[in-house]
Amino acid sequence: MQAHQRMLDPTPNGLHSGESPLLQTLGLTKRYGDFLANDSIDIDIWPKEIHALLGENGAGKSTLVKAIYGLIQPSAGEIRWQGARIVLSGPSEARSRGIGMVFQHFSLFDNLTVAENVALGLDGRESFKDMSARLEQVSKTYGLPLDPKREVWQLSVGERQRIEIVRALMQDPKFLILDEPTAVLTPQEADQLFIVLERLKAEGRAILYISHKLEEVKRLCDTATILRGGKKVETCNPRLETAASLARMMVGGEIKEVKAPAGRQTTVPRLVVNDLSLAPSEAHGVRLEHISFELKGGEILGIAGVAGNGQDELFAALSGERLSRDPGTVVIEGIAAGHLSITQRRKLGAAFVPEERLGHGTAPRMRLSENALLTGHAASGMVRRGFIDTAATLKTVDRATETFDVRKAKRDPEAASLSGGNLQKFIVGREILRNPAVLVVSQPTWGVDAGAAAVIRQALLDLATAGAAVLVTSQDLDELAEIADRIAVMFHGRLSAPLATSEATREKLGLLMGGSSLEPKEAAHAVGA
Amino acid sequence: MQLVLEKRAERSNTIALVSPLIAIGLTIVTMTILFAILGKNPLLALHAYFVAPLTDSYSLQEIAVKATPLVMIAIGLSLCYLANAWNIGAEGQFLIGAVAGSWIAVKTQGTDAGAWVLPAMLVLAAAAGALYALIPAICKVKFGASEILTSLMLVYVADLFLDYLVRGPWRDPHGFNFPTTAEFDPVATVPLLIEGGRLHLGSIIALLVVAAAAILLGRTIKGFEIRVVGAAPRAARFGGFNANQLIILTFAVSGALAGLAGIIEVAGPVGHLQPGISPGYGFTAIIVAFLGRLNPLGILIAGLFLALTFIGGEQAQIAMKIPLDVTKVFQGILLFYVLACDSLILYRFKLVFPNRQVARGTG
Repeated sequence: MQAHQRMLDPTPNGLHSGESPLLQTLGLTKRYGDFLANDSIDIDIWPKEIHALLGENGAGKSTLVKAIYGLIQPSAGEIRWQGARIVLSGPSEARSRGIGMVFQHFSLFDNLTVAENVALGLDGRESFKDMSARLEQVSKTYGLPLDPKREVWQLSVGERQRIEIVRALMQDPKFLILDEPTAVLTPQEADQLFIVLERLKAEGRAILYISHKLEEVKRLCDTATILRGGKKVETCNPRLETAASLARMMVGGEIKEVKAPAGRQTTVPRLVVNDLSLAPSEAHGVRLEHISFELKGGEILGIAGVAGNGQDELFAALSGERLSRDPGTVVIEGIAAGHLSITQRRKLGAAFVPEERLGHGTAPRMRLSENALLTGHAASGMVRRGFIDTAATLKTVDRATETFDVRKAKRDPEAASLSGGNLQKFIVGREILRNPAVLVVSQPTWGVDAGAAAVIRQALLDLATAGAAVLVTSQDLDELAEIADRIAVMFHGRLSAPLATSEATREKLGLLMGGSSLEPKEAAHAVGA
Repeated sequence: MQLVLEKRAERSNTIALVSPLIAIGLTIVTMTILFAILGKNPLLALHAYFVAPLTDSYSLQEIAVKATPLVMIAIGLSLCYLANAWNIGAEGQFLIGAVAGSWIAVKTQGTDAGAWVLPAMLVLAAAAGALYALIPAICKVKFGASEILTSLMLVYVADLFLDYLVRGPWRDPHGFNFPTTAEFDPVATVPLLIEGGRLHLGSIIALLVVAAAAILLGRTIKGFEIRVVGAAPRAARFGGFNANQLIILTFAVSGALAGLAGIIEVAGPVGHLQPGISPGYGFTAIIVAFLGRLNPLGILIAGLFLALTFIGGEQAQIAMKIPLDVTKVFQGILLFYVLACDSLILYRFKLVFPNRQVARGTG
């Protein structure tokens, strides 16, 4: 086993022989109650290495890095730093030893400036002025431009990530952990990040790169450790693997391919949005500006874009969680619905699946049958004269379970006890079983295992084939390419004109996601043609 | 060795039932220590509190009489609390109900008004309680004012208003200057269930309220709405339920029930309006609501139990000279333990040993 791994180790053996890894975990185990989040994980990270940590949601990636960064104490096993066993009392000790981390969810204060945010994350031995100067210098050296005096709320997501990275780099770490850094970036921004990471590697630092984007990992990483169900499955050289073989190791089997059923025809417009503008409901929210599109039956329209560009606001405006003053801005099945409540819109034949499964799409501590009632009470015969028909709600649970392969411990458990994938299958199933004319879905497979994601994507395709209009908002461009007929991009509360999926290259979408316009190029095309 | 709280995958229904009992057990242990410190024999004191009242018919009836307002108010409060609306002012709504109902009794005093008087008093009291509760509810919805503070402050307004009436305009001219109205006429009095006893029609109304609440919460879409708005506000909005409307509705219902309890107390056991008609029913009902797990049947049982502490407290005062305030100490400690034990529904205790052996405690 050891020999096998060493053989696959991509870094030249000569470099490592006689040395010890920069960071090493030995039999690292973390137990939560009966649940083993990490089961005896061994991982070696060498200097000058970009090491990918791959795995599906719930595979134990976050738990492992939290232990390495001192956020949690392992239940068993040990961590070695430059060959010596260490016990980290907390993140500040990790940082002082030279371990830095950039989280997926930023911890920044919106109303403070860039420099103030960075100062809050440092130990504060130097003056604010010196610190600001160093901040500018670090950001210049690594090509991460930042204006220290700007307030965070004015910055894009990519710029906010830069703050986090610069903050980590100012402590001169030997080892940097990045948790899904490209999840919030446009393809172009991701390319720029990779240049920075290559440079950090050349300086002799080690990077642990958490991701589930396999092409990215193949391109960037020297080594990949794959976790599944809390256990280490394999350590390999990702460049010698295919995306499919990496996916198999992550999932532990083949993934069903999603097939677009034949004979899909577009019919009449079922969801039309006319010049929808909406002021933000909270400070620093996104203002929706002049959004218009038309979605026909049998069609799937994808909305791409970096998170926080108005997707949540658009979902609220379409679902009726926020009302529009002008009824004509949202037309469902030919009826002006901008002023109608979510219940009235459901009665018109619309159905909605929000991004947050727990707390928005379902009440976490309520049973599935009650959560079926949550969206079904208006139009599914579950309520008669104000009284709940419990048998009807349970029947919906059973049908969703059967049709969408929802796995659960008992017939009617609490929503919170289901895994992310199974709960999402239930939520999508609950809505599809109502035979909606229009389905608006936000991030349908976010944080869902590959098997469940395939089931959900197939269900959306089947629903469109049956004649419904489907609107899918997703940050996953591959997902949109797989199921959408047309793709539009949201940026700063505006929606671009939709592109046919066949023409929507990553480059084009990336430009739109970064706020550039395609028009001059297209005009040039038009002239050329 | 370390004791940690660990989240359960699913809420424990067993603990949900057992936790009030654990809380009562812990309260009794604490009270035993307290009695010992006061220099009283703990066993005799506990006997006076919990056993003696159960041994004679008068005390048993008196428990039911005391439980009647507690249960009625607590049912209303439980609807508020389930919907995440924090009505702390039931005491004030109780007093305003008593005042409004008494107005009819005072105005018809000595006339030959017919059988309509009592029903009219009940309806007016409920309406007044509801309107009084709507003040904090509307302030909350319109201006975002904390309903906890406003509802609590309105208790003192109601208290002083009642005080003014019985010392001023409504004082009984033949009452030797005592701050009280004249005894209500028979048509303005809640009828007794047993001739010469204490039990009155109000207890039957309280039972009906319990049954209605059980059906509302368990079987109807409105009840579901109340539960989901409290349990997951954002999901409730997604479900199409309006949290603000529900704050208004639950406050109105709980105010009406408190007002109804107020007039039943005045037109029943007391027989006239005077200050001090409530030994803090509106506040004790908060304990009843939580001890009863915000569940109608649980509230019925908890209401009887807390009524027992009122009667037991009186008996302990007579028999052992234990101050009546100890009853309030008892009720406070009980609420403390009830809320503490509730965390065991979603969490469990676990013992963690540094030598990596994991033992799980029960809980």
